[in-house]
Amino acid sequence: MTLNSISEKPVGVIGAGNFGTVIANILALNRKVLLYTRDEQTATRIKSENQNKGYILHANVEPMHDLQRLAKECDVLFPIVPSQHFRAMMRQLSPYLQPYHILIHGTKGFDITLPEGQLIENVTKLTRQQVKTMSEVIQEESVVVRVGCLAGPNLAKELAQRQPGATVVASHFNEVIQLGKRLLRNDRFQVYENNDIVGVEIAGVLKNIIAIASGALSGLGYGENAKGLLISRGAVEMVYLGRALGGDLKAFLGVAGIGDLVTTCNSPMSRNFTVGYRLAKGEKLSDILADMTEVAEGVNTVRIAKKCADHYKVRALITDRLYKVLFEGMTVEEALEFLMRYPLNVDIDFI
Amino acid sequence: MELLEEKKNKNKKYEPILHGIPDWPVYQLSKNRKEFVELVTRQAIERIKILRPSRKQLIDELEATAYREQNRIKRNRWRVDPKDDSRFWSYIKNELVSLSAKNAETTSATEDALLEKIVHRYANEIAGNFKPNSYRVTREVVKFWFQRLLNGARVKKFGAFFRNQYTLRDKIHVVGKVKMLRSLAKKGTVVMVPTHFSNLDSILIGWVIHSVGLPAFIYGAGLNLFNIKIFAYFMNSLGAYKVDRRKKNLPYLETLKMYSSLAIQKGAHSLFFPGGTRSRSGLVEKQLKLGLLSTAIEAQRNLYQETPEGEVRKIFVVPVTLNYNFVLEAPDLIEDYLQVKGQDKYFPEQDKYGSMELLRFMFKFFTKGSNISVSIGPGLDVMGNYVDDEGNSLDAQGRVIDTRGYFISNGSITDDKQREDEYTRMLSQRIVTEYHRINRVFASHLAAFVAFEMWQKKYAKLDLFNLLRLPEEDLELDYEEFRATFKRVRKKIYELKDQNKVYHATHLKGKVDQVIKLGIENVGIFHLKRPLLKNKKGNIITKDLTVLYYYHNRLVGYDLEQYI
Repeated sequence: MTLNSISEKPVGVIGAGNFGTVIANILALNRKVLLYTRDEQTATRIKSENQNKGYILHANVEPMHDLQRLAKECDVLFPIVPSQHFRAMMRQLSPYLQPYHILIHGTKGFDITLPEGQLIENVTKLTRQQVKTMSEVIQEESVVVRVGCLAGPNLAKELAQRQPGATVVASHFNEVIQLGKRLLRNDRFQVYENNDIVGVEIAGVLKNIIAIASGALSGLGYGENAKGLLISRGAVEMVYLGRALGGDLKAFLGVAGIGDLVTTCNSPMSRNFTVGYRLAKGEKLSDILADMTEVAEGVNTVRIAKKCADHYKVRALITDRLYKVLFEGMTVEEALEFLMRYPLNVDIDFI
Repeated sequence: MELLEEKKNKNKKYEPILHGIPDWPVYQLSKNRKEFVELVTRQAIERIKILRPSRKQLIDELEATAYREQNRIKRNRWRVDPKDDSRFWSYIKNELVSLSAKNAETTSATEDALLEKIVHRYANEIAGNFKPNSYRVTREVVKFWFQRLLNGARVKKFGAFFRNQYTLRDKIHVVGKVKMLRSLAKKGTVVMVPTHFSNLDSILIGWVIHSVGLPAFIYGAGLNLFNIKIFAYFMNSLGAYKVDRRKKNLPYLETLKMYSSLAIQKGAHSLFFPGGTRSRSGLVEKQLKLGLLSTAIEAQRNLYQETPEGEVRKIFVVPVTLNYNFVLEAPDLIEDYLQVKGQDKYFPEQDKYGSMELLRFMFKFFTKGSNISVSIGPGLDVMGNYVDDEGNSLDAQGRVIDTRGYFISNGSITDDKQREDEYTRMLSQRIVTEYHRINRVFASHLAAFVAFEMWQKKYAKLDLFNLLRLPEEDLELDYEEFRATFKRVRKKIYELKDQNKVYHATHLKGKVDQVIKLGIENVGIFHLKRPLLKNKKGNIITKDLTVLYYYHNRLVGYDLEQYI
């Protein structure tokens, strides 16, 4: 299979957010791209302005809003929509999907399915029966089995400026990984392979927790020592949690693990970082969230991860304290004091 | 105890779907045995050469094979092994030695010839030998004697021996999707994958296939079974092909897989135990062997490739669970399991049970209580999707799926080994889930589970090994306490059934005291030391906790422990 033989068929991107738009532009260097948005007006607007979220669209990108046509024309789709809408999107798309489709998603978040009448606020524990990664949602909701995911230090803004960067394409199928590489790779964008898709997905989700904590340290005015401490202990915590949820250690040490973690913890513009920062400044969570236009995945992730940690009996101190700060009124200072006093002195015990 | 009998309509008789034996695919296969063996040999050699492309790799592989085979002959010899085994392998070895002395140009034909000799020998050994006459004889003899035994023992009247009031169907209940199985066997090729607890499974499942009116299947039967003469006779007449688990070398494994794959492609319904070997622990299989399973997927892809458009004969995977109150080999199996728990060791296949022991067991089985039930699961396509009676694959929403699409990449069907390995893994997980779903809970399973778990809870500080070493005097459960727990867990099983996560026998629904009595009476019924008994005070005791542990394992995996 060569690039030429598939070059006739366009590639689809579902979701025209920041990351979706930038990925569409990267794909457009190799192939014609259909960029799907939820409503017709947005598609028309993007088309007429020829730009979205401040990014000029590549000439090969065609905005559109018809899922049936998208599935018909493309064999390969990149769903990049927020995790809380992901399942609903898949349900709409599913009737048009065939077993030959390949889906490579770029969403970092968990999907929660609770029994009727229960709310995430009320349940005390969560298991993997209820918490799913996006690749699992794809397989539950459609006939597609060849699924992959994108994860890594991918700040949309820097990618758009063609700064050097990298991503991981993870899948159980070599075929999917190689395809992802061929489609995404260019002289400014390196693509790494990983076959532990669940591990890579989980690493991408859990790092958002540490990003909030990093924002909080910054908000308290602490410097680089504190951040180094946080990132290294955060990575350890991610490994513990990730293993309990079915990921493999290696994914957490790679580009999608440490790589993404370091980037997110150092980027004051990220939404998760901002939540932590403003919390440390004494603001209330509800006020902070009210100000935000896009979702800070990390807030939900803390809630889910904490309840999973309780169920699987994993020691996840940072997550646990953040949960108390976010939802139980503990102050950031109190949380930090607890962590600094905690009598724990084994550095690494999982290799 | 009439109340606790199974519903009568489950014991219906089925007409055969293909009347004449000459129409059966398995017969066609054995009639053209020689050609088929040639075909397998040719294609297996092709495959091996793809896997070992260079001359050096091939020679290394052959050397390793010869070495291992000579080792096997030295260490682990079986009665069924051919007499010239030792001669053949020393010949191969000598040829290989002299090969290494010569230079490359003159020899490339030699190693090809050696490879062919080896593969051909393996293909011949694996290939089954279905003989219609001996199949018919076996079928009638078995039916006749089983019926005599059953009636003689059950109907206590003069002349009962020659009555036909009871048939095997009263003893062995076939439940589940029988109609679907029959329909699928007409539409396409069925690959039946049962759980494996006992050496008797092979015969039992053979009877089941016959009794639901299907033509004989080809079996992947462990070669060790052929050591026991009576089995060898049965198996040969049922169309078995031989799987030798001692041989782990590449040429053998590829030949075996090719045999299975080609037979399936030719439309022979087939059967193998995907667990590979009998469940040592008594657990329902969680891990399956992927080798033979992958051949179903490969065969399906080949069929699609051969027919680019239009209807293609589909392959259906049908999981089956066998549910016993009693497993003859239980004490030895669990002993094996405990010895190697935590380590990955090779189990030497020791079959202490010769023909006489088996006959004796069969006699006991037919003359005393203790029924067996066989649950036929719903059909799956090779990707693990459910199919309807017409054989259409369905997705979770009930829409029809074109299975061909799973093998399509960029518009055409491609041969991608890594992809198919992954599909095999997914299929095996689906089969395991299906096993747990169609597993049929008997009173005896539940009694064993509850009793063992109660003891475990009572001695929560002990690990398994220390628990099993407790003296019998310490093991006594108050009947009332046991009864309450039994009732509680039984209710959970009802709930699981409503959620479609497990099945239970109808007898489980009777009055609790009666069900417990039935359970205790039947669990491991023919063992010398009974795993569960009631003492004079009416309390529950055990004479063999290890064997109880074995029977208890049957219900592990449903998270029922929390209700103890």
